[in-house]
Amino acid sequence: MAHALELHDVHIAVGGRALIDHLDLVVSPGTVTTVMGESGAGKSSLLAFLCGTLSPAFAASGRVVAGGVDVSADPPERRRIGILFQDDLLFPHMSVGQNLAFGLPRSIDDWRTRSRLIADGLAEVGLAGFGDRDPATLSGGQRARVAVIRVMLSQPRALLLDEPFSKLDAATKGRFRPFVFDHVRKRSIPTLLVTHDPQDALAAAGPVIHLGSIDGAPA
Amino acid sequence: MAAPVRDALNPARMLRFFPAATLVFLLGPILAGLLGTALPAFGFLPALGGEQLSLRPWEQLFATPGLATSIRLSLTTGLITTALALAIVVLFAAAWHGTAVFRWAQRLLSPLLSVPHVAVALGFAFLLIPSGWLMRMFSPWATGYTRPPDYVLVQDPAGISLILGLVIKEVPYLFLMVMAALAQVDAERYRTVARTFGYGPMVAWLKAVFPRIYPQIRLPIFAVLAYGVSVVDVAMILGPTVPPPLSVQLMQWFNDADLAYRFVASAGALLQFGLVIGAIAIWCFAERLVAYVGRRWIDAGSRGRSDGAIRAAAVIALAIAFIAILFSMAAMALWSVAERWRFPDAMPSVLTAANWLERTPDLWAIALTTLVIAVIAAIVATILVVGNLELETRRPEKIAQRSLWLLYVPLIVPQIAFLFGAQILLVWASLDGGLLAVVWGHFLFVLPYVFLSLADPYRSWDVRFARTALCLGASPRRVLFAVKLPMLLRAVLVAFAVGFAVSVAQYLPTLFAGAGRVSTLTTEAVALSAGGDRRLIGVYAFLQMALPFLAFVVAAAVPAWMFRRRRDLQVTT
Repeated sequence: MAHALELHDVHIAVGGRALIDHLDLVVSPGTVTTVMGESGAGKSSLLAFLCGTLSPAFAASGRVVAGGVDVSADPPERRRIGILFQDDLLFPHMSVGQNLAFGLPRSIDDWRTRSRLIADGLAEVGLAGFGDRDPATLSGGQRARVAVIRVMLSQPRALLLDEPFSKLDAATKGRFRPFVFDHVRKRSIPTLLVTHDPQDALAAAGPVIHLGSIDGAPA
Repeated sequence: MAAPVRDALNPARMLRFFPAATLVFLLGPILAGLLGTALPAFGFLPALGGEQLSLRPWEQLFATPGLATSIRLSLTTGLITTALALAIVVLFAAAWHGTAVFRWAQRLLSPLLSVPHVAVALGFAFLLIPSGWLMRMFSPWATGYTRPPDYVLVQDPAGISLILGLVIKEVPYLFLMVMAALAQVDAERYRTVARTFGYGPMVAWLKAVFPRIYPQIRLPIFAVLAYGVSVVDVAMILGPTVPPPLSVQLMQWFNDADLAYRFVASAGALLQFGLVIGAIAIWCFAERLVAYVGRRWIDAGSRGRSDGAIRAAAVIALAIAFIAILFSMAAMALWSVAERWRFPDAMPSVLTAANWLERTPDLWAIALTTLVIAVIAAIVATILVVGNLELETRRPEKIAQRSLWLLYVPLIVPQIAFLFGAQILLVWASLDGGLLAVVWGHFLFVLPYVFLSLADPYRSWDVRFARTALCLGASPRRVLFAVKLPMLLRAVLVAFAVGFAVSVAQYLPTLFAGAGRVSTLTTEAVALSAGGDRRLIGVYAFLQMALPFLAFVVAAAVPAWMFRRRRDLQVTT
């Protein structure tokens, strides 16, 4: 049922300098592949390329397959590849529940089903009854969990994690990391994690790719 | 397969036309207007019998008695106003940036930006005239006067009151420009670094911070300079009369019953344009001079640790500008409700609402006209600006920061130099005298300010919100309307209010595009200023000031109410 996230011959260059050099990669459903590298090595560019939000200043080629479909030519909103950043990026003008509703696909058009999915999602992460709350009133750990549920409810074919743990304090990180990986496994989502923290890679318990830092790279 | 259909409906396709449309709307009329002024300047205006090119208008212009004085007045007004206002603002920022005093100044001066020039000028005149409020406050106990003395403080031949009136209005503007620039250069840390080398706070700011922010405030400075050289409405109220600055002289010719004066007026309008270019050239030369001296000053390494006197002077100068505007506004408010206010009394002895209710039958109709024009101009401008900025975020390589100076074209080319020509075109197209023509005339000046107000917040919005929303499956259109614009609602409404305030304050565009048939609070207030009925002037000027202020109140109140339960969107300053 579940499909892998596949990268075929992905090549990203900026100003004639190759950031990602003809990368082939298959991330199996429910597993986490970690990409490690120095800052400026092209980790974030790779994720932007997979999302379809890479700036046209970059020259990029290669194919992306998610959910068994070649999404390379699709705009970001049709790829169904979710992303989590180091900030939770909950929309500050919406309530917690509205944030989750924003992620729910419109194909689920029965409002009772929609509100049930939202309530279930909140209950699942121990935030039952938080639907009407202002995100600004939640703790950092709670907000991070809402962000995870929001992206899960959007039913992504693949998930990208852009250093999602780097801004959390040690205790929160210790609880949040397994929380994310459990969800990925439970829902069989192929996941690509970008980080410079070896601890993250260890906890992800999947393949690790090192992006070579380019010699003489401009600061 | 569905891709072509999707592309055709893609809003990005429509967005593509925004920059072109904006430029056509903005620069097209100005260029056409300049041409429309240039032809009569060389004798060509068939409607008035000018069938062939000649230099007669120029001969006539240069034969005008007092022309040299008019030119000198225009240049000195612009240059001295700009230098003085800039000096006050820069010295104040150098002395007080990073302190509580600076934050207070920011809070107090920001709202003054919405006060129209004309209102400030009228109020300032109310303060300064021999029978004005200032004299009343000090009479007779300090001055001994029981009757208004016989001296000239307003409309003095040297133009000092004009310069002062402009300075108090430009100080808040330049102050906010400096603040915006400071926010972008990490000024605090640079100054701290300089101070660890033993520099006094003021010298540290002037040497380490000012050279970095100056390039960013240069265009606003040019706008202030061009405005000072070519201002009409304020000069009619505060400026000298015989001879007046060139711009006012031109207005007299344009308004002359003898239509033949349109030719010499057109030549004068081109000369006015030349004066602005000349003033900017003088300023650029002075910049070099200051830069040269400044570099040597920096190289010399003087630390300047005792700057107490200058610090005090800077705060006093800023305070005077602030208090002058405040009292100008209060003077108008008082006169608008005064029934009896005999000379040496500091306050009116009898108050009345009759000035508002009975003596001004047209007031509310004129206020409504002003409101409608301002709302339309500001809405159109805001939509175009959002469209341009949105396109820029999607195709960043297409529009660069370097095109910014184009926006300043309407703010630097003197209004009088192209409005007459534009009026000829409007007459030719039978569009003159209508509300629509006036809206368009205002739009030229509203758009740049709306853009300048919205560009920074729009560009600094965290694009990761957009990427997150896209990856959650939202279309670019939904991201714009459901995420980005709501989050930027306050900035968008403030930009709208800025545009609204700019429109309310317009004098010349209303006069020319409206062919004298469309009255706004501003044109009415200026027209009344010649008559000297202070109660009526007070009513119009006060309302002219209140309208933009209300727009800013709405711009603050709407998001505050909508997001009253969203802590991260509340303003904490």
